[in-house]
Amino acid sequence: MLSLLRQSPLSARIGLGIVLFNCLVAVFAPLIAPYEETAVVGDVWETVSAQFFLGTDHIGRDLFTRMVYGARNTIALAFITTALSFMFGSLLGFVAAVKGGWIDQLLSRLIDVIMSFPTLIFALMILSVLGSSIPTLIFTIALLDSTRVYRLSRAVAMDIEVMEFVEVARLRGEGLWWIIRHEILPNALPPLTAEFGLRFCFVFLFIASLSFLGLGIQPPLADWGGMVRENAGAITFGIFTPLIPAGAIAFLTVGVNMIVDWFLHLSSGLHE
Amino acid sequence: MKNVICHILKRIGASLATIFVISLIIFIGVELLPGDVADTVLGQSATPETVEAFRKELKLDLPPHIRYVAWLKNFVQGDFGNSLANKRPVAELISWRFSNTLFLAGTTALIAVPLAILLGILAAFYRNTLYDKVISTTTLSFISFPEFFVAYILIALFSVKMELFPSIAMIDPHMGLGRKFYTILLPALTLTCVVTAHMMRQTRAAIINVLASAYIEMAEIKGIRRLRIIIHHAFPNSLSPVINVVAVNLAYLVVGVVIVEVVFVYPGLGQLLVDSVAKRDLPVVQASGLIFSITYIGLNLLADVLSMLSNPKLRQSQF
Repeated sequence: MLSLLRQSPLSARIGLGIVLFNCLVAVFAPLIAPYEETAVVGDVWETVSAQFFLGTDHIGRDLFTRMVYGARNTIALAFITTALSFMFGSLLGFVAAVKGGWIDQLLSRLIDVIMSFPTLIFALMILSVLGSSIPTLIFTIALLDSTRVYRLSRAVAMDIEVMEFVEVARLRGEGLWWIIRHEILPNALPPLTAEFGLRFCFVFLFIASLSFLGLGIQPPLADWGGMVRENAGAITFGIFTPLIPAGAIAFLTVGVNMIVDWFLHLSSGLHE
Repeated sequence: MKNVICHILKRIGASLATIFVISLIIFIGVELLPGDVADTVLGQSATPETVEAFRKELKLDLPPHIRYVAWLKNFVQGDFGNSLANKRPVAELISWRFSNTLFLAGTTALIAVPLAILLGILAAFYRNTLYDKVISTTTLSFISFPEFFVAYILIALFSVKMELFPSIAMIDPHMGLGRKFYTILLPALTLTCVVTAHMMRQTRAAIINVLASAYIEMAEIKGIRRLRIIIHHAFPNSLSPVINVVAVNLAYLVVGVVIVEVVFVYPGLGQLLVDSVAKRDLPVVQASGLIFSITYIGLNLLADVLSMLSNPKLRQSQF
């Protein structure tokens, strides 16, 4: 693992640094933040000073504190959602590949329909019916995103399924779950890991977009997309407060993408 | 040629089936609402009599399958019912806004498509040089950026610092065409940045793919200039994937406008949809969701049909 890291290109190291930095901030948020998450401590849109590292927001909360807690809420939510989406998607994908027949047909056609529907519109429709709460948000996005995971894990499992060792396990009389857990999953893990990074980026941007539209994480909880929305008015006065959370979102996504690029390069063999 | 028509008909059939299923999902989605629309809209303080009257007005007392058929029939005829928020007909709210959305998406396409194809060809021509790397890195970062980040950077630069363009893209029906273009230039530029990145990368990949084939090598051996090879030999053969890329990205564009419309307070269908979701104005959400989906599926269908038509292999194949 360490030798792999030593060989990694500069871009992957930068990416790793960015992701680690964000994770540390998220984990140690209460220790880093100088104020309470929702405490009003100053005037509206105060400029950068020793007291407020990044100034204050639209109702006078410390922006630095909000950014630190925002990292925690936004990243945790995106991570949980991506993990859930992988659980749904890969499980269904493996079952479809191993079982085949009408189960595969039914699942695949259903997924085709969901995928032909624009994701953002689908999410907006679900949220309009159920209302926006954090569990609804997690389940909706995980459901929509798991369609992509399903496609990939089904394709990967199809390749593994025709191997001799799966055939042997079948002849031995092993059941569906045993085959998925002991034969398919370990072999499907490497391509799915790179996909996890990509899906995380997508989910992270998606949650940020929904929060920006006012339909994601609800105030007073701090999150980056919502903070852009709340402070959007400042930009017309020449105050660049909304660019800070928006920049943080872009920063983290670029970081994850740099690592994913390196992973894809590794798993694709050496083509250059 | 017969094969192609057969393929195309199959593809159109599949799209119609998808649209039908989506209309069902949209309808059932609202059915699944805990309680029903009447309870949700009127809230807990409403008396049973008002709820009952409201239910009659929305025809909620009829069984679901009859209501679905009636809803679909009305939708096809252009009658989307009345908005719950302000009682106006949904069709009236939507038509102007939808044309605005198409105007914004169309303007963006006019800028983005030629730009992306040109950049893609240049990147393929100068591949693995500094120019290619710079273009690739720039476009990759634009893909990772959220749309509103690009939008606010453009606002900060062009409307706050330089004061060239308005930061709010309010248009009304009485504006002249030139004035309209000026007003929506910033949102169009934002969308251009996002869409061009995707299109340019895929164009580059498609052309490089063709450049690896034997007839290109033959042309090179004959001593034809590289620019001529790219324009005369590589580009026509990569047309099919490129057309596909363009149409798929246009489909993305129609949906991608939602966030940009909200940033620039542009009176489009996307903004109406977001507002209605927040207000839980279900008839408007249903109608605009279905219109967005139909446009999206239609453009994807167009992408497939065009790439089938422009693919010589498929025109001659025997299956």
